[in-house]
Amino acid sequence: MPDSPLLALRGVCKRFGAVEVLKDVELEIHAGQVVALLGDNGAGKSTLVKVISGVAPADRGVIEWEGRTVHIRRPHDARDLGIATVYQDLSLCGNLDVVGNLFLGREIRRFGFLDEMEMESRTIELLKRLTRTIPELRAPVVSLSSGQRQAVAIARSLLGDPRVLLLDEPTAALGFEQTTEVLDLVDALRDRGMGVLLISHNMGDVKALADRAAVLRLGRNNGFFNVNTASQEQIISSITGATENVPRRPATHDAAW
Amino acid sequence: MGMTQHADPAVTTPPASGPEQTDGRTAERPLAVRLLARPEVGVFLGAAAVYVFFLIAAPPVRDGSSMATVLYQSSTIGIMTLPVALLMIGGEFDLSSGVAVITSALTASMLAYQLSMNVWVGVIAALIVSLAVGFFNGWMVVKTGLPSFLVTLGTFLILQGVNLAVTKLVTGNVATDDISNMDGFDQAKKVFASTFDIGGVNVKITVFYWLVFAAIATWVLLRTKYGNWIFAVGGNKDSARAVGVPVTFTKISLFMLVGVGAWFVGMHQLFTFNTVQSGEGVGQELIFIAAAVIGGCLLTGGFGSAIGPVFGAFMFGMVNQGIVFAGWNPDWFKAFLGVMLLGAVLINLWVRQSATRR
Repeated sequence: MPDSPLLALRGVCKRFGAVEVLKDVELEIHAGQVVALLGDNGAGKSTLVKVISGVAPADRGVIEWEGRTVHIRRPHDARDLGIATVYQDLSLCGNLDVVGNLFLGREIRRFGFLDEMEMESRTIELLKRLTRTIPELRAPVVSLSSGQRQAVAIARSLLGDPRVLLLDEPTAALGFEQTTEVLDLVDALRDRGMGVLLISHNMGDVKALADRAAVLRLGRNNGFFNVNTASQEQIISSITGATENVPRRPATHDAAW
Repeated sequence: MGMTQHADPAVTTPPASGPEQTDGRTAERPLAVRLLARPEVGVFLGAAAVYVFFLIAAPPVRDGSSMATVLYQSSTIGIMTLPVALLMIGGEFDLSSGVAVITSALTASMLAYQLSMNVWVGVIAALIVSLAVGFFNGWMVVKTGLPSFLVTLGTFLILQGVNLAVTKLVTGNVATDDISNMDGFDQAKKVFASTFDIGGVNVKITVFYWLVFAAIATWVLLRTKYGNWIFAVGGNKDSARAVGVPVTFTKISLFMLVGVGAWFVGMHQLFTFNTVQSGEGVGQELIFIAAAVIGGCLLTGGFGSAIGPVFGAFMFGMVNQGIVFAGWNPDWFKAFLGVMLLGAVLINLWVRQSATRR
């Protein structure tokens, strides 16, 4: 495990009008680690992703990349550093085919014209690394399954050889098999030394995949956990803010039936 | 590139368990269905049907010179339909394109005549005006986020009024003065409105321009970065912007391209008739849009081709002239077009569904 984190956030604040969405948030992502970002709805998870990806830059606080302070003001800045983001809505153009989507905005050209052959072969190469079921490359993306669309979106994010990948709810819309596939994929990326920030509501995913978990509650850090040693109850109570165990109905009540 | 657009997400197919791609529930679609799913194939069949229909119903159509007339008629619609179709694929449309043609012709004619300059000065000035109108449309649409229907409806009314008012103000008449005696007229006429003799048949130069422009548009759409962007901004402009496509540039340049088309057709009209009627052009914009839609372009954007609108425009020209050759009352023309348009829309709907259904 490397000593200094790939990406570190120190005291990040973000305000939307009167609402302080993020307050003094700390976060570290190391190479070869999956960090789960957890929190209830409205805890500031998506905002934190937008801060890191440059869509909604931080108001205050420091972002460090490999130990030195950097400024992320635009999505471009994040991309240049090597931070790739897959948003929950995937940002795909449904009417374009797989190759078109992958290279949209960074088309490969030959003598000024699109080099479809090169783009296609690189698409195949990339998708082969990611998924067992390569979708039909020339089919419009709307006709793909949601798992395949997720794979296309992740493949696109990997085009620039990023070192940190932000995944916003990658398994939220997926079935069991597809979820497994995406989780395998994230696992493979970690093994290749990437740092991954995984936002998820699914504790199963987090337990299966993450090394560490950072919990946000009402825009503040509410605990860091080593996923391998912390209990699920500990993490959940940190998310919900409950100090005791999750309340249950007394057993006698059920017995009365 | 198979590009389609569909409002609903497709039905999720379960992933295959293993290296196989399919799970046995999907079948290869028949070749005929896959071909029909191409935006230009349906309209090609439609155009062929209309052609054959008039070949039988109107014997004069079989003559070569009649065909040249049909192609000429088609080309004047078709040249304008091309940029209108590209704009439509890019997710917008332009109601001012019909009167913009007249605006361009009026500008060239009156400027050159009133200042007694070489007509080429007027031609260049008209190009600048047309580009400016296109830029204004595009800039308004992109910056305000208003539907292009409203913005260009506004421009349509403005240009219609300005065309009439300025022409009356300058010439005291609703038409411009004849410019056929001015410097550079013959040269400009050669470029914009000459006629070629091919095997004893006189063919207007616009027919060649039309086909060359269509070839260029096809190449741009399918083989360039810019073409990719057109499909992307028409399909999902937010996603396109998120991955770095210059959405503003793409949309504004498409509107300006319509301006270039309006300029070109305007110059053709000017150097064909020597004079311009300031009240014309109204209603033409709908013909261009209809030809693009019949040509397989989706009104909501993201889907279409440049070849389809060529056949769409041909269908218009064919019906327009065919009715005359058949000796019918030309009043039927619009009714015929309406039926064609509805038929094309229904075919498009079916094509779109079968293209996204697998």
